[in-house]
Amino acid sequence: MGEEKNVSSRNIRRIILDQSKRANVGHIGCALSIADIIAALYANILHIPDPNHPDRDRFVLSKGHAALAVYAALHLKGWLSEECLNTYCADGSLLGVHPEHALRSVDFSTGSLGHGLSMGAGAALAARLQRSLRRVFVLVSDAECNEGSLWEAVMFAAHHRLSNLICIVDLNGQQALGYTDQVLNLSPMAERWKAFGWDVHEVDGQNTLEIVETIAGLDITSGLPHVLIAHTVFGKGVSFMENQIKWHYWPMSDEEYQQALNEVEAMP
Amino acid sequence: MRAAFVRTLVELAERDPRILLLTADLGYMALEPFSDKFPDRFFNVGVAEQNMVGLATGLAEAGFIPFVYSIVTFAALRSYEFIRNGPILHQYPVRIVGMGGGLEYGHNGASHHGLEDIGVMRVQPGITVIAPADHQQTRTALSASWDLPGPIYYRLGKDDKTTVPGLEGRFELGRAQIIREGTDLLIITMGSVASEAALAADALAAKGISSMVAVIASINPAPVNDLAAILTRFQVALTVEAHYVVGGVGSLVSEVIAERGLRCRIVRCGIRATPNGVSGSQGYLHRMHGISCEMLVNTALQVLHEIKR
Repeated sequence: MGEEKNVSSRNIRRIILDQSKRANVGHIGCALSIADIIAALYANILHIPDPNHPDRDRFVLSKGHAALAVYAALHLKGWLSEECLNTYCADGSLLGVHPEHALRSVDFSTGSLGHGLSMGAGAALAARLQRSLRRVFVLVSDAECNEGSLWEAVMFAAHHRLSNLICIVDLNGQQALGYTDQVLNLSPMAERWKAFGWDVHEVDGQNTLEIVETIAGLDITSGLPHVLIAHTVFGKGVSFMENQIKWHYWPMSDEEYQQALNEVEAMP
Repeated sequence: MRAAFVRTLVELAERDPRILLLTADLGYMALEPFSDKFPDRFFNVGVAEQNMVGLATGLAEAGFIPFVYSIVTFAALRSYEFIRNGPILHQYPVRIVGMGGGLEYGHNGASHHGLEDIGVMRVQPGITVIAPADHQQTRTALSASWDLPGPIYYRLGKDDKTTVPGLEGRFELGRAQIIREGTDLLIITMGSVASEAALAADALAAKGISSMVAVIASINPAPVNDLAAILTRFQVALTVEAHYVVGGVGSLVSEVIAERGLRCRIVRCGIRATPNGVSGSQGYLHRMHGISCEMLVNTALQVLHEIKR
C-alpha cells in the first residue's frame, strides 16, 4: 500500500488529463464527467478496508471506457503506484482503456456495455445470501441504457428487492456518435427506473457532497434497489470539451492539454 | 441425462453449500428435486439468459458455484458474450448447463436445435466443455468435474433411459472412452447420438465389418493423445455428432490428424446445411442429416468401398 493522497475531483481530473496526454489516447470527456462521482465513491462512500478484503463493498464500473477515472482514484488511495499508473495504455500494462480484474482493486472486468449491472446484481445477491451488509455500486452510462440486458438486471434487482445494490447513471446526454436524445431517446430516465420498481434519486452528478449525502440516506437493508440519476456534463471542467461529441474519442494536442490543465486547476 | 444431472446436483448440493441453481424459466418437471430441497438456493431469473450469466458471475466472485440452466441455444448462444466476458475472462466457477443438445427438441424447430454450441465453446481456451453420451456418463462426468476451477459448459440431453452399450458411465477429463474394439473402421462420436453410432457398429458387424467406437465427452480439454493413438491404427474414421460438422468433434479430429500428420481419412457425419424450416422428431431429423444408424451404416459402407478401390 502506498501513501493515501487527497481523493479529490480536481486530482482525479488532473490525472485523467496527464495520463491521456502521456498515452495520447481519447475517452477523456467520458472520464471527466464521472470524476466527481468517482471522488465521492472512493473518498467517502466505498467501505474497502483492503482491496482484497472479502467483505469490502464492491464497485463495478460498467461504463468501462472511463476506467482512467478509477485508476486515478486507486492511485490517490495508495493502491496503485505512480509507476504503475504511468503504464496506462502502454504495452504489457494491466491498465488498459477498460478495467481488468487482474488488477488488484478492480472487482470486475468491464468494457462491453450492458454487462456490469448483471454482475453487480449477482454480487448483491451473494452478499444477501452470505448475510453480509456489504453494498454493491454499479456506475453505468446513460447510453448503456440502450442495452436490453441492462433492463433484465433492473427487473431482477427490483423483483428480489436488492436494497444493497446502488446503481448510478452518468446522465451526460452523450454517446459515441451523437447526443442520446438524437440516437435513441432515453427520456424520461428517472420515470423509467421508477416504472421498473427502483428507488430513484436525481442528483447533481458534479456535486460530491450531494452524492455522498444521498447515498448515506439510503436504506440498504430493506426495500428497493436504489438508483441515482446523476446529471453530469460530458467533459466537465474543460470548456472546449464540454458537451462536444469529438471528445469521446479524441486525444489532446499540446496546446489543448495545457489549456485543459489550466482550467481544471482553476476549478473551485 | 436431465434427471441424472438434477439428481446428482442435489447430492452435491447437500455436501457443498456453495452450489446454487439458476434457470431462465425452463426445466418444468425436471428441476423440482433441487428447487424443493433448496428453495433458498434456487432462482428462476425469468426469461433473461444474459442476466442469468451476469448474475452467476457476480455470485461466483463471492465464492458460490452457480449452475445456470436453459435449452442449449439460449444457454450457450444468447448469453455467449456474457459467458466470455464473465466466467471465462474472470476464471470464475460458473457452470453453464445446456439442455437438449443437437436435434433433441426436434418438433420445436430450428430455434431450439443446438447445432453449434460445442463449436463456440470449444474455441475458448478458458472453459471446460463436457458433452456426456448418456445418463450414466452424465452422473460420472458431473461428479468428476463440478468443483474444477474456472467455468464449465455441460451439453446435456433429455433422455434418461437410453444407455450407450460399453460405456458403463465411464468418464475421465481429457480422455476418450473406447466402447467397442475393432479393426476395419474407426467411429468417433459425441453426445446422445453415440447410441446411434453404437447401433451402426452392431449393424456393420453383422456385415462382417469390425468397428472401433470412441466416445468423446471431454471436449475441452480434448483427448488429443488418445485420439492420435487410435487414429494411427485406421485408414478411415467417421465422426458422428448432432452438431454442425464445423466446430465439433469432426473439426477436433481433423485438427488432430493434421497437427500430428496422421494418414487417416476423416468423414464427418453431422449437420451440413442451414435449417430449411422442416421439423420433425429427433429420429426423423437424424435420418435427414445422415446421423441415424441406417444412414451411418450406408456412409460407412460407401467409404470403405471407396478406400478399397
